[in-house]
Amino acid sequence: MRYAMAVDTRKCVGCSDCVVACQTENNVPSGFCRDWVVEVTDGTYPQLEMEIRSERCNHCINSPCVRCCPTGASHFDAGGIVLVDHNKCIGCGACIASCPYDARYPHPDGYVDKCTFCSHRLKKGLDPACADVCPTKCIYFGDLDDPNSPVSVILRQRKSKTLIPEAGTRPQLYFLI
Amino acid sequence: MKEELIVSGRMNSMIDPHLNIWHWEIPLYLFLGGMAAGILAIAALYFIRGREKDYRTAVRLTPFLAPILLVFGLLALFIDLRHKLFFWQLYVNIKLQSPMSWGAWVLMVITPVSFIWCALHIKDIFPKWDWKYNWLINVESFFNRYKKVLAWVMLIYAIILGIYTGILLSAFNARPLWNTSILGPLFLTSGLSAGAATTLLLSKNKDERKQFARIDLVLIGIELFFIIHMFMGFLASTQVQIEAAHLFLGGPYTVSFWIFVVILGMLIPALLEFMELGKYHIPSILPATMVIFGSLMLRFIIVYAGQFSRWLY
Repeated sequence: MRYAMAVDTRKCVGCSDCVVACQTENNVPSGFCRDWVVEVTDGTYPQLEMEIRSERCNHCINSPCVRCCPTGASHFDAGGIVLVDHNKCIGCGACIASCPYDARYPHPDGYVDKCTFCSHRLKKGLDPACADVCPTKCIYFGDLDDPNSPVSVILRQRKSKTLIPEAGTRPQLYFLI
Repeated sequence: MKEELIVSGRMNSMIDPHLNIWHWEIPLYLFLGGMAAGILAIAALYFIRGREKDYRTAVRLTPFLAPILLVFGLLALFIDLRHKLFFWQLYVNIKLQSPMSWGAWVLMVITPVSFIWCALHIKDIFPKWDWKYNWLINVESFFNRYKKVLAWVMLIYAIILGIYTGILLSAFNARPLWNTSILGPLFLTSGLSAGAATTLLLSKNKDERKQFARIDLVLIGIELFFIIHMFMGFLASTQVQIEAAHLFLGGPYTVSFWIFVVILGMLIPALLEFMELGKYHIPSILPATMVIFGSLMLRFIIVYAGQFSRWLY
């Protein structure tokens, strides 16, 4: 099993519903977020091009955060999901410094927190909250080992990219272009 | 002309617009740990080589600072932790891939060893010292018997500690400025240089002072070589590392790095030490404090500037 997510940058309108859904679902303290929206405007006026991306933890296969964590609090769960064990985390910040995507934040309770792909929802057979709530249905989620999962299907049909693959992290958050 | 504008909905002051997760605690610890490593490595080396009588200060007196530096360094590390009550998790896990994990274990060895080393020499400072209890006297004589083994352990672990303070940062490929393996040898040399400067500062023996001025001069030369190498590596590397180098070559850290670290912390003390070795008399407090100050500034600037450097996408 290998969980992955694909975000359609051509369908995303940048409404931030995914951000709010995540904050509500996961009780994210105010001032922080586990997912966020990036808008990139490229070119010179009037020839402009815009890309909108809903970003979150990339659940990398070669995760610098798991490697740098001194206690094993950051670990791989079933399906390659990168999770933080709150009772093992000492709040040293090594994982935050090690993440090239800056996907982690220090929770006010002391431990480090991040996107979990809503692993508590996956156990019930549900999709992550951000994917479920998206009004344009631009977030595809599923198991890459299953050729019929929504993410496998869409990644076969469309061209995609990952963010800074040159950082060597092998990210599992794909952007359809 | 190409314009690029990135608007992020993520507004977290510890991450945006640049990383801001490590403050004064980490560079202070890296400095204290590195200086203690330098002091202990020099003491162990001269003891092993049988030069204890020639360099009494370095072998017997200066090491008294090491446990104090290490304890304050550990305290700074503890203050840095955000989930403090779980700190013991460091000592129920060994993660070889995480420099912070084996660093924690190295500290667990070198700190008690530095206390034992001081205990063996405490009669030098307090001639009337009495261990009072028989078992303490037995412990002392046990370690005295195996002092050479202790010195070897201290030498090896001090060198690992000195390198670790740099490797800790270079393991983070997310911060291009830190992501160079030369930080390990650079911080080790800087720590040894601060250790040599401490003996230069404390020694009352003229020959010993001259010797440590000579050692420090060589170490400063090696440090400068590493710094030049670091920039050569960055400038010949990827775009993000070229940008990292430019933090010091025209960017926001240019003035502080070249003035505080290179000129005040290396070039001027090197010149003063060189003059001292000639016929001039220079009060050793001058070069020694400048070297120690430069070593502290090197840690602060690398830790803060590293958090400025990032991958752009």
